[in-house]
Amino acid sequence: MTARDPLVAAAPPLKSGREPAPGMVEKRGRSLWLSHAVMILGVLIVFFPIWLAFVASTVTQSEIIRPPMPVWPGDQFFINYKNALFSGVNVPVATMLMNSLIMAIGIAVGKIIISLLSAFAIVYFRFPGKTIFFWLIFLTLMLPVEVRIVPTYEVVAGFGMLNSYSGLIFPLIASATATFLFRQFFMTIPDELAEAARVDGAGPMRFFWDILVPMSRTNVAALFVILFIYGWNQYLWPLLITTDPEMNTIVMGLKQMFPSGDDFAHWPTIMATSILAMIPPVIVVISMQKLFIRGLVDSEK
Amino acid sequence: MEKRVTFKGWLLPLLLIAPQVLISAVFFFYPAGQAIWQSLFIPDPFGLSMQYVGLGNFEYLLGDPYYRASFLTTAVFSTLVTLASMIPALFLAVVADRLIKGASVYRTLLVWPYAVAPAVAGVLWLFMFNTRVGVVSWYLGLLGYDWNHVLNGSEAMGLVVVASAWGRISYNFLFFFAALQAVPKSVIEAAAIDGAHFWRRFWTIVLPLLSPTTFFLLVVNVVYAFFETFGVIHTITAGGPQQSTTILVYKVFADGFVGQDLGSSAAQSVILLVVVGLLTIVQFKFVERRVHY
Repeated sequence: MTARDPLVAAAPPLKSGREPAPGMVEKRGRSLWLSHAVMILGVLIVFFPIWLAFVASTVTQSEIIRPPMPVWPGDQFFINYKNALFSGVNVPVATMLMNSLIMAIGIAVGKIIISLLSAFAIVYFRFPGKTIFFWLIFLTLMLPVEVRIVPTYEVVAGFGMLNSYSGLIFPLIASATATFLFRQFFMTIPDELAEAARVDGAGPMRFFWDILVPMSRTNVAALFVILFIYGWNQYLWPLLITTDPEMNTIVMGLKQMFPSGDDFAHWPTIMATSILAMIPPVIVVISMQKLFIRGLVDSEK
Repeated sequence: MEKRVTFKGWLLPLLLIAPQVLISAVFFFYPAGQAIWQSLFIPDPFGLSMQYVGLGNFEYLLGDPYYRASFLTTAVFSTLVTLASMIPALFLAVVADRLIKGASVYRTLLVWPYAVAPAVAGVLWLFMFNTRVGVVSWYLGLLGYDWNHVLNGSEAMGLVVVASAWGRISYNFLFFFAALQAVPKSVIEAAAIDGAHFWRRFWTIVLPLLSPTTFFLLVVNVVYAFFETFGVIHTITAGGPQQSTTILVYKVFADGFVGQDLGSSAAQSVILLVVVGLLTIVQFKFVERRVHY
C-alpha cells in the first residue's frame, strides 16, 4: 500500500446480508432478464483477456503465430505448464513463484508485526518523543517507493542487499498504513480491558499477547490479504534490484521472458506463466472475499 | 485522541516502536533526504564529483519540452484511466444493485481482475493487441483498420489506458456496489411513488448520495494512475513511441536508471513528492470532511 496510501475514505459501510424482500423498484420480468444479460456480458468482457491467456497457454506456438488463434483451449496444457514451471525462459517459473511467495509473505508478515508493536506503543504508552515518532511514521504514508527509487536503490546496494530477499522485502515495509489501521482499532478497544489487566497484575506485554493480539485477529487477517496481494504484484522494485534471474519474482520475470530482438516471443510459455502469476493472489482474494472486501474498505479509511 | 489508561515505563515503548522507526529511517527518510539533496547537484561526466547547481535542475526540467510533455501525458493518462475505470464500474454496480438474486455471484466474478498485477494485465493486453499475433488487432485488420501501437502514439496511449483501467473496474465496482446497497430503500421508493422514472431517480437521488464514494474513488484512481501503472507501461510500450506514453513516474525511472541522469531524476522525484503531498492534502481536506450533499 505504499504507492497508494489514502488514509481516509468516504467509503460507506458494507451491509452484509441484505434482506431479500423484493421492493417495488426492483426489476421484474423481461427487464430483470435484461439486467442479468447486461451483467453476464459485463463479466464476459472483463474476463475475456484472462480467457484468451488461458487458451494461449494450452495451444502450440505455431497455432498462435498464425492468427487468428483458436478461441477454445487446445491439448497442450500439461506440456506448456510443465515447460514453463521447470524450464521457463531464463529461469524455471517454479523458482520465480517461490521468490514471489517469500517476498509477498515477508512483506505481509513483516509489516503486520512492526505495525502491531508500534501501534501498541503509540496507543498504550506515554513516552518522551512520542509525538515526534508519531508524525515521523505518519509522513511515510505520503511517499510511494516509485518516487524515491534511485536513493533507495543506493541504500539497498550499500547494504549489499541487491539480489536478496531482505532487499526485496525491507524497503517495501517502510510505510505506515498498517500502523494506522491498528492504531485506529486499538483506540476502539474499551479502556476497561487494560484497566482490568493492570489490576490483575498483568504487565504490558502480557496484555499485548493475551488480549490485544487475539482481539486483532480479523484485522490481521484482512490486512494480510491486502498486503499479500500488494507484495505479490510489485513490479518496479524487483525489476531494479534483482539482476540475477534466480531472484526474479514472477510478476517482473514475465516481462523478461520476451526476446529483446525481433524474434517471436514464446507465447504459450509466457501465457502459462501469466496464468501462474495470477493464481495465488486470485485464490487469496476469492477464498477470503469477505475479509478482503472488509480490509479494502477499512484500509482506505 | 489519548487513551485514559496507559502503561508505565518509557524504555519498553521505545523498544516496541524501534523496528518501525529504524526501517522508516533507513529505507524512507534517508533516501527521501538524499533525493532532495541530490536534486541540488549535477554529477560530473565521470560520476566522480558533484557540482552544486542550486535550483538549476528544476529550472532545466521546467524548461525541458520533454518534461512538460510528460506532465501533459500524465494528465491525459490519469484522466482517461479514471474515467475508463469508474464509468463501467458504476454502470455495472447500478445494474447489479437492482438484482436481488445473483448480485453476490457477479461480485465474486468481477473481483478477479483486481488481484491481477498491473504488469501481468499489461502482458495480457499486449497479447491481444500484438501487431503480429494479437487476436483483436487481427480482427481490426479484417475490418480494414491497421492497428499498430508500436508506431502510433494515440493507439499506444489507448492501449495502456485500457490495460490500466481494466483491473480497477473491479475495485471501483466493489465500492460503488457497497455504496448503492447503503442507499436507503425508502427514499427511492418514495420517489418511485411520486412517479420518478429510473433515470430520474438515478440522477436526482442516487448519484448525489453516491458523491462521497465517487469523490473518494476519483482521488484514489488518480493516485493509482500516477504511481501504480508503471508495470503496465513498462510491459506494453516502455514509454514509447516517441515518449507518447512516458508518464512522470516512468520518466523518473527512465532518466535515473536508464539515462543515469541522477540530478534530474532526483529533481523529478522532488516534484513528484510535491504532487503526492498535494493529492494527500486534497484527500484530507475534502474526503475527511466528506462531500456534502
